[in-house]
Amino acid sequence: MAEVIPSVHQGSVSELDAAIAPPDLEVVNMSKRFGSLVALDQVSLHVKPGTFHALLGENGAGKSTLVKCMMGFYRPDHGDIVINKRSRTIASPKDAHHYGIGMVYQHFTSVPAMTVAENLVMSRFDTTTVINWKQEMAALQAFMATAPFKLPLETLVGQLAAGEKQKLEILKQLYLHSKILILDEPTSVLTPSEADEVLGLIREQVTDGKLSVLIISHKFREVTSFCDEITVLRKGKFAGTGRVEALTVADMAEMMMGEKREPQPVEKVATTEVVPVLQLHNLHANKDNGLEALHGVNLTVHQGEIVGIAGISGNGQRELVEVLAGQRSATSGQVMVNGEPYAATRKQINQHRVFVLPEEPLKNACVPHMSVAENLALRTFDRPPQAKGPMVLFAAIRQMAEQLIDTFKIKTPTPETPVGNLSGGNVQRTVLARELSADHINLLIAANPCFGLDFAMVDYIHGQILSARNRGVAVLLVSEDLDELLKLSDRLIVISGGKFAYESAIAEADFAAISHAMAGH
Amino acid sequence: MMMLKTTTWRKTAEAIAIPIGALLVALMLFGIFCAFCGKNPLAVYGLIYSSAFGNWRVFQGTLLRAAPLMLTALCTALPARLGLMIIGNEGALVVGGVAAVITGLVLSYGSVTPSAEQLQQVLAIPPILVQLGMALGSIVAGGLWIAAVGALRHYRAVNETISSLLMNYIAIALMNHLVGGPIKDPGETIKASSFVLPDINRLANLPTTRIHYGLLYGIIVCVIAYFLIQHTTFGFAARTAGGNIKAARIAGLPVGKLTVMICFLAGSCAGLAGMVEVAAVHGRVNESLVAGYGYTGILVAFVARYNPIACTIVSILLGGILASSGALQRNLTMPDATALVFQGLVFLVILYSDSLYGRLQIFKDPGPKAAVPPAASTTIPA
Repeated sequence: MAEVIPSVHQGSVSELDAAIAPPDLEVVNMSKRFGSLVALDQVSLHVKPGTFHALLGENGAGKSTLVKCMMGFYRPDHGDIVINKRSRTIASPKDAHHYGIGMVYQHFTSVPAMTVAENLVMSRFDTTTVINWKQEMAALQAFMATAPFKLPLETLVGQLAAGEKQKLEILKQLYLHSKILILDEPTSVLTPSEADEVLGLIREQVTDGKLSVLIISHKFREVTSFCDEITVLRKGKFAGTGRVEALTVADMAEMMMGEKREPQPVEKVATTEVVPVLQLHNLHANKDNGLEALHGVNLTVHQGEIVGIAGISGNGQRELVEVLAGQRSATSGQVMVNGEPYAATRKQINQHRVFVLPEEPLKNACVPHMSVAENLALRTFDRPPQAKGPMVLFAAIRQMAEQLIDTFKIKTPTPETPVGNLSGGNVQRTVLARELSADHINLLIAANPCFGLDFAMVDYIHGQILSARNRGVAVLLVSEDLDELLKLSDRLIVISGGKFAYESAIAEADFAAISHAMAGH
Repeated sequence: MMMLKTTTWRKTAEAIAIPIGALLVALMLFGIFCAFCGKNPLAVYGLIYSSAFGNWRVFQGTLLRAAPLMLTALCTALPARLGLMIIGNEGALVVGGVAAVITGLVLSYGSVTPSAEQLQQVLAIPPILVQLGMALGSIVAGGLWIAAVGALRHYRAVNETISSLLMNYIAIALMNHLVGGPIKDPGETIKASSFVLPDINRLANLPTTRIHYGLLYGIIVCVIAYFLIQHTTFGFAARTAGGNIKAARIAGLPVGKLTVMICFLAGSCAGLAGMVEVAAVHGRVNESLVAGYGYTGILVAFVARYNPIACTIVSILLGGILASSGALQRNLTMPDATALVFQGLVFLVILYSDSLYGRLQIFKDPGPKAAVPPAASTTIPA
């Protein structure tokens, strides 16, 4: 029977299919409430056929809610989705697929232990009970031949690099014949060059009139290089729309923030003395799976200096940070702080004043079901004034918490609210408050401190890190965001394959050499 | 669970209503079971009530059974705050009982297997000191027993639930070996047992009752445990490590030490239950010590949601059900295992009810959300 009915996955059909222009998509006056929170308030959006449309807004502006309503994950309380001038109901992702709308998520949704081909077939909505692999493979090869980027079909997804995994997510949508792609911060896990490549290839498809794209992004650079139009949301409301060519970055930022703002200039105070604070000697550490992640690194971070570590994720930076944070033991080598061996025990942390801003703070640095106040007290609860002998004094903890919540502008209903109930940005503020409020910080270790945060938060965190540096704190900044490193660091190091592959003062940093080293050549 | 003042009333109501609701559902299911057995469920409920809580005389029986339950429940409840699921309560109780008898006999007669002459003369050590010695012996033995589980967990990543369960069998086998040989009383021919503790050194009853002092032990230890977890730096550190081990490591907390210490305390509570049973009820060690108080203790900890204070009340409730099983058998000729069936139903329903926390609309708090500007209260992904 399979031979009689022409498979929609055959190459010829696929090409025919590609010739059909993407539909016109309009969202009209959409509203969505969660309890008393108005997440979307009368928002409209128009993605014209064959355009690259950016959806901008700060964290919590309602971008994700809007696209989830469009994909049928949420049911909007009010409003219409109009496809090719006809009002349509999208009640599930399957409906969205029916109208040619497909979404690529911020995080990968492929199964690492399965091959590219298996993942593609699995993603289909019409999978049969018995899979005719011979036929499927032929169809997949034909599909790959016409696809904008190629991936080896037989390779396990787990072995693909981040950029390739993201390409697979996009290929999946093309394979499903999606004509409108919704991309939710697709480049947050990619290096700048990977991001440019992926977006560039999608841009070609859009230019050829084969696709429409709606992209959620926090990066103005991507918006100005690849997008045609933008729609901006602010606090759940429509805040503006326009053509990219007619707008400056400052205009877009103003729409998002509601006021004109320039990126804050970075001021650095020159340090006079060179006092080493953190020293690593031939440090080795393993990954969770027992393979070696760090192949002997040597490093010195001085007072009043920010040392940036760049690299594509998975090259040993996570393990390095975990060793310094006390979450992982080194297999050999030595960590010295202020000239003394350091193993991140509570006593040493306190003595040497070492603080850590880890990535994913809720996972790495907070106890989700404990209160904001208790989380703020994590480093101090066993010392006066918060403790008296073996007793914890909760009144003192609350008092300190109220102060910090005020100073660091943590938005929380009460100090007793579980920290897991706060938004990502406010969890981040909670950790910042705890790690940066101490009178005297000696060493700060920060790992991707701004991952997934909006501009205002990013500026805020950068400001805090810089002011710490200017006060004489030694800072080790590990980041996958090269722009951030170039902006903040005094010295830049590239880590690749568990070793340092490049090092230079920031003034002499050579972009080409950095990229080269990051790529592991 | 949080100690800062404002545990909202909704949270409290939820924490009380869900277990009670679960118990009611279990009662209904048990009623169906009774109907299948050809008994009127209402009559069964009535009998359970009257033979467990009906009057002061039967209620004393209930309290007698509640005493060891409070202690064994802590063996599950304390490590649970650290994220460990320990079910070695029975084993720790047995080991504690054996240690208590050995200490008690040595302090009473100068030997674990006293000769006929030694038996004639109890040593002149004040009973309170002998009892203290027995308590100490049981605390150390039970503590080390479960501490071993904690150490295996932390240093060798052995699953603590499985290892603590298996340790139960080892403990019982060890006790059987000891009473069958090294500490056997040759005069006892029916059931292999240790020698009997002299009456003077056993735990007395509270004045004018048949309830022994073990009940006070249970209540006091539960209060201490609550205080330790909620009000001390040790408890704070343990809760942190239980909530997120990575956060605990970043804060430099000694996770391994905490694990072993909490396990030691847990085991010592169950061990003390063994001492109470030996010193107040049996007077010696034999297989009667394996009466299931350990396993019922797990159930108590679950129902109490690992809250040591709640453990005392739940122990009385379940102690009552245990106490009524004899009456069910005698008066309604239902099988002796009926109480076990009921316990099993309670266990299942309580486990299920755990998934309801935070899901029931009536316990959701609309208050704070309205009080904060929308941008702040985004638990909703945006």
